[in-house]
Amino acid sequence: MTAVVTVLFFGVAYGMILYLISVGLSVTMGLMGFVNLAHGVFAMLGGYAAVTLMNQLGLSLFAALPLACVAVTIIGFVLERTLYSRLYGRSELDQVLFSMGLILISMAVVRLIWGPMAQPVQLPDYLKGQSVVGGIELPTYRFVLVAFGAAVIVALWVIFERTLFGARIRAAVDNRGMAQAIGIDTSRLFAVTFGLGTGLAALGGALGADVLAIAPNYPLHYIVYFMVVVAVGGLGSIRGPFIAALSIGLADTACKYLLPEMGSVFIFAFVFALLLWRPNGITGKR
Amino acid sequence: MTDRSTAAILPMPQAGISGTRKALSMSLWVAALAIPTLAPGYTPLANQIVVMILFALSLDLLVGFTGIVTLGHAALFGTGAYTAGIMALRWTNDPLITALSGMAAAALVGLLTGSCMLRTKGLAFLVLSLAAAFMLHELANMATSVTGGDDGLQGVSFSPLLGVFEFDFRGHTAFYYSLACLFAAFLLVRRVVNSPFGWSLRGIRENDARMRAIGCPIYTRRLAAYVMSSALAGLAGALQAQTTQFVALNSLSLELSGDVLIMLILGGSGRLYGAFVGVPLFMFAQDLLAKEDPANWYLGQGLILMVMTLFVPGGVLGLVERLRRSLGRGGR
Repeated sequence: MTAVVTVLFFGVAYGMILYLISVGLSVTMGLMGFVNLAHGVFAMLGGYAAVTLMNQLGLSLFAALPLACVAVTIIGFVLERTLYSRLYGRSELDQVLFSMGLILISMAVVRLIWGPMAQPVQLPDYLKGQSVVGGIELPTYRFVLVAFGAAVIVALWVIFERTLFGARIRAAVDNRGMAQAIGIDTSRLFAVTFGLGTGLAALGGALGADVLAIAPNYPLHYIVYFMVVVAVGGLGSIRGPFIAALSIGLADTACKYLLPEMGSVFIFAFVFALLLWRPNGITGKR
Repeated sequence: MTDRSTAAILPMPQAGISGTRKALSMSLWVAALAIPTLAPGYTPLANQIVVMILFALSLDLLVGFTGIVTLGHAALFGTGAYTAGIMALRWTNDPLITALSGMAAAALVGLLTGSCMLRTKGLAFLVLSLAAAFMLHELANMATSVTGGDDGLQGVSFSPLLGVFEFDFRGHTAFYYSLACLFAAFLLVRRVVNSPFGWSLRGIRENDARMRAIGCPIYTRRLAAYVMSSALAGLAGALQAQTTQFVALNSLSLELSGDVLIMLILGGSGRLYGAFVGVPLFMFAQDLLAKEDPANWYLGQGLILMVMTLFVPGGVLGLVERLRRSLGRGGR
């Protein structure tokens, strides 16, 4: 019983982080059809920004998170306008190569500034340690993580499903030409959405700094997970990646708990089978 | 349809290879033969370059000629390397038998994974290629009793080539052996890409819907290219194991898949000689930049990729071709 609850809890926390990081990638890839392997870069930058703000400047966690988010959103927005937008409509190979280049440059820059070691997260005292729930000890910080993640996800759904901005994004995902024809400025929409997506990734990277360690190889090390969440969840959707991220978070945690030697092989075998069955993901068209 | 910018960088169909170009490529091969005599200290490095050229050439068949972008090509290289290494430790250490087995094993893995993966395209294919390579890497990492896990296979030694030429410490045998394999592979790939089959691959790269409409069996053609490329990548891996007497877990890694893609793109994909230009340039730059801080090398690679995709599509060879054209001497 304890094992089941522990796996569920850690799996959900892990899934939340994966979702926060990947959802922006799903939406921007659905919008622009851009194969962006470098989305993890923004999560890493968020992590570094938050850790630096907390450890060096002594800001509290809840002050550092939004600041890191805003900083990375601006970086994402600028990169979209200056570089990404030049490659819309280019071949898949060019987009893959470009985003690989961005990954490598970010790894170098981060290494030069912060060094090769992983950055430790200094949590405030009240978030350290364990909380006992129903006789099971669980780390307090993960509760905050899950609660915070859930709040952001609810906000995201409201924006996506209930606001004009969300409707515009959905329209442009469905049919870009038609969206343009009825007067939606898709170019601006792309930039804003890209910025927001990178901001969410930054939030995920910062919140999840003790789940996915903040180190220079971050964008390369976790790329498989982010890409899998998006591919399995389906492009241009915010519901699909949620199911995919939670499933992968739970399955990965369970596999590592039950069969530590086999690592993640089972998950990837399952993903392999799933993508052969539904190449466009669980919410995509067959 | 391709837009004008891509059309401009595609190699033009060649009715016949011009005299100067033929002489140039001949002298390149002859010059390579002289490396152990002229620069004996650099023979092991030259061997490394030859092996990587073979690996990049195999990728060119996929990326350059068929338009299949894979992020897991190291899976096939590693399969060849581990097959040769494990065979040498357990059954036979004859270089030719183990090399052929490495090729066969990689071709089989290519056939199995390719026949699944090639049913998809775009994002799904990319993720599948990543996932397949990742699984193989994890399996090799876990099966420590067979693969040595994280330590790799060490002290893999091979019997003399053809029973005569020993793999000496100067690396001369190793170099000539790798070079001979590369030459054979090059002739094969050149024959293939200039055959009607090769032109149908280019057709698929340019527009698969049209190729299907004119009755080309796209899936079979792509799979054939994939298996052929896998076999050559496996050969490169086996050569790596034989000439360095070591198989590292790194030979299955995402980093290697990325490196070989960068090498190919740097030289220019879809041109046969792209690998021959890109690999030495890449190795040279790596030697120059990685010495002080690996970060410099990441930065260098990243900048190469950015500049290539934004300003120099077609790599170094594409650049040379455009310069020649703009100088008015014509592309032939």
